[in-house]
Amino acid sequence: MSDLSIIQQKRIDLRQSYLKHKGRKQLFVGILIPAVLILVGFAVSTGSASISFADVFAVILKKNLPGLNLETVHADVIIWQLRLPRIIMGVMTGMVLGSSGAVMQVVLKNPLADPYMLGIASAASFGASLAIIFGIGFWSGPYLVIGNAFFFSLLSSCLILGLSGKKEASPESMVLTGLALLFFFQAMTTIVQYFGDADAVKAAVFWTVGNLGKADWNNISILFPLVVGGLLLLFWRSNDLNIMNAGDATAKSLGVNVGFTRIFNMIICSLLVAGVVSFTGTIGFVGLVAPHVVRMIIGCDNKFLVPASGLVGSALLILADTVARTVMSPIILPVGAITAFLGVPLFVYLIIKKNGTNQ
Amino acid sequence: MRIDIRNFYFSYPGRKVLHDINLIIEDSEIVCVVGPNGSGKSTIVKCIESLLVPDSGQILLDGKESRNMKRIDMAKKIGYVPQSSNLTFSATVFDIVLMGRRPHASWQSSMIDIDIVIDILLLLELEDIALRQFNRLSGGQQQRVLIARAMAQHPELLLLDEPTSALDIAYQLDIMNIITNFVTKKNMSVVMVVHDLNLAARYADSIIMLKDGRIHARGKPEDVFTEANLSAVYDVEAVIGTQKEKVTIIPVARNKGKEKKYERERAPTF
Repeated sequence: MSDLSIIQQKRIDLRQSYLKHKGRKQLFVGILIPAVLILVGFAVSTGSASISFADVFAVILKKNLPGLNLETVHADVIIWQLRLPRIIMGVMTGMVLGSSGAVMQVVLKNPLADPYMLGIASAASFGASLAIIFGIGFWSGPYLVIGNAFFFSLLSSCLILGLSGKKEASPESMVLTGLALLFFFQAMTTIVQYFGDADAVKAAVFWTVGNLGKADWNNISILFPLVVGGLLLLFWRSNDLNIMNAGDATAKSLGVNVGFTRIFNMIICSLLVAGVVSFTGTIGFVGLVAPHVVRMIIGCDNKFLVPASGLVGSALLILADTVARTVMSPIILPVGAITAFLGVPLFVYLIIKKNGTNQ
Repeated sequence: MRIDIRNFYFSYPGRKVLHDINLIIEDSEIVCVVGPNGSGKSTIVKCIESLLVPDSGQILLDGKESRNMKRIDMAKKIGYVPQSSNLTFSATVFDIVLMGRRPHASWQSSMIDIDIVIDILLLLELEDIALRQFNRLSGGQQQRVLIARAMAQHPELLLLDEPTSALDIAYQLDIMNIITNFVTKKNMSVVMVVHDLNLAARYADSIIMLKDGRIHARGKPEDVFTEANLSAVYDVEAVIGTQKEKVTIIPVARNKGKEKKYERERAPTF
């Protein structure tokens, strides 16, 4: 074989192995989508009143295609009013926490970053406590607590972006300001709770531990446009995150507006997380772990990582919620406490396995 | 690309780094920037790339003032290779080199970009590690990957910050030959910070010698690398010779009276 044909062969080999490598990542995301859907079906059919898998899809079909005449008995109400809203809220929350966790870890150059890093959760808790204990808030009626939580979590992220954005938003100053605000709002919450009466404080603490029980179709219709819009914006800019990951100087020399990209992503993540946290409270661990799980499987390419982390986040959260609903049935545990129970063993297993193969 | 630097001053907070730099770098020229540690070599390169904002003065790139250029337009013309690159989250070599196509392609990388990357990887003999994780490579391999990325950018000007410091002598020659090849074939200019004076003498068309943020000497290697200049800039006594029509520099000793005294620290007495 001549030199030229050897090189030509190498070229073809390299192209093929790269496309195969990329195909694996696409396949992973492709498999995750039906996997989450199946998990949703499983979660809806599981609970204190057992409903068959077929009934679940029958009810959903019937609701969407009114002409259809399917026999579903009492399953209608349980599925449509109780389980489905809760699980859809779980899917959205998991998506938001997973994807924004992945984005924030890159943008803040910190593998330990999670969506609550910037004091969003503690600010939301403060807002909610204020509303629950003293009835003080910027909204009235049914959205007093949610509105207050949303307002304060946005206030916290605005403060961080404002304070650290004075010169050029450096990741270190963002993380530090975020931590400072986290402690500040925790202290404020403690003071508010100190003066509240016992029942109100209990309600406030329960609010803080995340759970999906507050979900209904109204909440979902409010949250849905925010979640879809925000996530699409995150996916759209995810290629720039790959370049940001190579360092600020490199990203600049490749034509990326580093300051803008950082602020843009932080604003979108803050809006998403603030929205979700106001309806569910703090559900920890999903935002930290989902991106790492995905990285261990398909690597750090953010074009795939960001959507895949969202899907894995959803799966984790639905699974955790199903456990929370069934393990001590009929008592429903707060899912915020279960995510870590489920996530930690999975996470530790992956770390050990990864060290073993030394890949 | 022709670079014209005029009355250029730069300082970090509390420390002046560059004083009154006036400099013209011609098209298709390999220029090596040399000088002692802390003399402002890397700073000049970062200023040309507009990573640092000057106190005063201007840099003209093909007649256009660099501070008025958009980042993306600059990225289409200038490739920059930093001293080292640390990724918070690792990526494959292929994906890192593919980043170099980012200024030209927009969102999705097309097949053409993939082919360009493949050619560069073969040229730099990186095909066997193309799908390995960057963070697990040796320093020398990482350096070659970063050079590959800058080359995939198809720049008119290549800025290199000590590109050969982690390479063995074989790869030093390879990289320098590939760069020289690009300069003649694609009319690329190269500005390169190097510590290895002999390497600079061998490949550079022109040398810029810095001392304390000022240009001490500028010109052809044989004119700049003189005993007097080396003594003045590095405080080093050197023997200048010629091998195969290239200047060679052999450092012999520190200048008299300038030797650093390394006294053995006395053991603390209690």
